[in-house]
Amino acid sequence: MTAVLTHLLSARDLDRSQAVAVLDTAAHMAETQSREIKKLPTLRGRTVVNLFYEDSTRTRISFETAAKRLSADVLSFAPKGSSVSKGESLKDTVLTLGAMGADAIVIRHQASGAAHLLAHSGWTEARIINAGDGLHQHPTQALLDAFTLRRHRAHAKGMEGDGLGSDLEGARVVIVGDVLHSRVARANVDLLTTLGAEVTLVAPPTLLPVGVETWSARTTYSLDEAIEETDPDAVMMLRVQLERMSRAGGGFFPSHAEYQREYGLDTKRLGRMRPDALVMHPGPMNRGLEITSAAADGQRSVVVEQVANGVAVRMAVLYLVLTGAEGGPS
Amino acid sequence: MTSYLIKNAQLPTGEHQDLLLDNGSIHAINPHIPPPKHAHTIDADGLIALPGLVDLHTHLREPGGHGETVLTGSRAAAAGGFTCVHAMANTFPVQDRAGVVDQVHALGERAGYVEVRPVGAVSEGLEGEKLAGLAAMARSAAAVRVFSDDGHCVFDPVLMRRALEYTKAFDAVVAQHAQEPRLTEGSLMHEGVVSAELGLTGWPAVAEESIIARDVLLAEHVGSRLHVCHVSTRGSVEILRWAKSRGIDVTAEVTPHHLLLTDECARGYDPVFKVNPPLRSDDDVAAVREALAEGVIDIVATDHAPHPTEAKECEWAHAAFGMVGLETALPIVHEVMVTSGLMTWADVARTMAELPARIGRVTGQGAGLAPGGPANLTLFDPAARWVVDPTRLATASQNSPVRGREMQGKTLWTFFRGVATLADGELVDLGEEPS
Ligand SMILES: [Zn+2]
Repeated sequence: MTAVLTHLLSARDLDRSQAVAVLDTAAHMAETQSREIKKLPTLRGRTVVNLFYEDSTRTRISFETAAKRLSADVLSFAPKGSSVSKGESLKDTVLTLGAMGADAIVIRHQASGAAHLLAHSGWTEARIINAGDGLHQHPTQALLDAFTLRRHRAHAKGMEGDGLGSDLEGARVVIVGDVLHSRVARANVDLLTTLGAEVTLVAPPTLLPVGVETWSARTTYSLDEAIEETDPDAVMMLRVQLERMSRAGGGFFPSHAEYQREYGLDTKRLGRMRPDALVMHPGPMNRGLEITSAAADGQRSVVVEQVANGVAVRMAVLYLVLTGAEGGPS
Repeated sequence: MTSYLIKNAQLPTGEHQDLLLDNGSIHAINPHIPPPKHAHTIDADGLIALPGLVDLHTHLREPGGHGETVLTGSRAAAAGGFTCVHAMANTFPVQDRAGVVDQVHALGERAGYVEVRPVGAVSEGLEGEKLAGLAAMARSAAAVRVFSDDGHCVFDPVLMRRALEYTKAFDAVVAQHAQEPRLTEGSLMHEGVVSAELGLTGWPAVAEESIIARDVLLAEHVGSRLHVCHVSTRGSVEILRWAKSRGIDVTAEVTPHHLLLTDECARGYDPVFKVNPPLRSDDDVAAVREALAEGVIDIVATDHAPHPTEAKECEWAHAAFGMVGLETALPIVHEVMVTSGLMTWADVARTMAELPARIGRVTGQGAGLAPGGPANLTLFDPAARWVVDPTRLATASQNSPVRGREMQGKTLWTFFRGVATLADGELVDLGEEPS
């Protein structure tokens, strides 16, 4: 018996059986999405608010689509002036949303801990889903990555039904790039290792946080070594946030060319990986920097599939959080 | 003026004595003083008598600030057993000239609860570029003897050198907020295992330690005295120990919150735990406790930093740094230093009254309890237990990091210049209208 999800704030909130249950629910949701009529009546009468302090069209649209396919009423709210002094406080905004009858708030925010704050503030009764908070967590991204990995492992093994009921025991995943500033990396290390995968983080030392040594992942500074030594099932390329790279100290690495040489995924590196190894990227990609177009668009790339799976995973999360169910919809 | 006969209090030395306060002074200390006529008698059996506490690091936020006034902060100080506080310079306008420090000093005298000693800014507008009018502040009615840009580090090594040199002329001290600014851009909490997990930008220990190392060498070079604010790391302690062993004239303070709490507190993203310097690791806490007991860190200072509710009821990244501490300092020191056996009450008197007064060159404060001395003292009940309810504190702000926590011991009486400012646990109304 798995525990009910009240909020989804961090990938750490999920134990293995809960994570598998979310992925299984997502698999059911994905199945409904191949039908002619995609819309389910499940969340009719419920209100889901997308509260996006940070611009992210793709994540917002993914959540909107997920909520609408479950027949929920969807409000999207992108407060302006979310900096320290300008604009309405988070508290006042959330009190307002509560008055509008929000049953769930999907929040995206530049500040680490913003979702946690809402869930524990007492300002709202709504269920809180973290759609990315600062440098901290992005649990639905990790879930869709895990879902994508699981599905491909199942297909490779000739299993039916997207690997229903299975975890990621023994899978080997290499995550490459700006771990320091990446909520995607943090969420994936937590979730993938909870599911039994072995995770290797690859980055220049300047882009690994002090304290990373306590994480449940191995770290190395060499992408070539990581590919050679782990023979990965998947490599996940993180976005290099260009605006961050030129800050104090003259940047975190000397030049784009050097980054590309040391940490970029190109066809040469791809050629040293297993033929069925997946290429993943949470998007949006910097083509020509962390990934070449050939790698991004190649046969092994699941970047587009990740987006589609994102809708199914977010449908599953909304469903589980809002109905208090423990497994897939009957 | 009411006379007070304090019966059977335990002095810092451990002996039990009666104390008679009369006309602003300690009239007598004896094992048995017969009650004089008209004296108010206090049964102090089980209470510890300490010299009135002296805080070298207090933010009173007046003029111009939010969350406290000189009056409310003075009342909080009295409630915590203090008879003297040093009001930090980051007010609006900044305490960087004689007119402003004199105003703050006068507000303190008018409030009447404690001696308010304004701290002067080192640099004009706390901007770290040009020396403020240090001599004018030293010669003013406020007679400033502590200069600090607290909140900002005096980062420019030349400016720091000049400040250390210049203040020698009036026997003042520069109190440094040691924070290398480039290493701490955007910093939100201690850099370590917890910050890595929480995704909060780290404030590395080396940013404090490198400035302290530079400053003790500068102080040695120019033969000045230096005070280091809120020391928070083991590395800082080691540098201070080395500096003292070389005979460098450096003193240092630690806050009650750095003696008690660690960076684990940040896990709930509750900004009440956001402070600068940040709460550090277990190992750092152990180091600053040992250093205080050993005398490598000389004093406890509160860094009482009130903030209005809205400055803390928000995202961690947007919240203000700082916590209130005047009313909980002594119970925390009692808990972590005395009941643990690291310090005696004599050590408490030294680190919370005598040495802070000496560093700040405050006469009439902090001295041992002796007949003929000024009646600045406090009575503390180490057996009392109370749970901190921020709405019931005297400070005008509620950002207490120990809210909901049981305190070990309570201040029951405070006497300032012979006047009871706190009587049997209740603040005395001195008749000043709140401004
Ligand atoms: Zn400071």
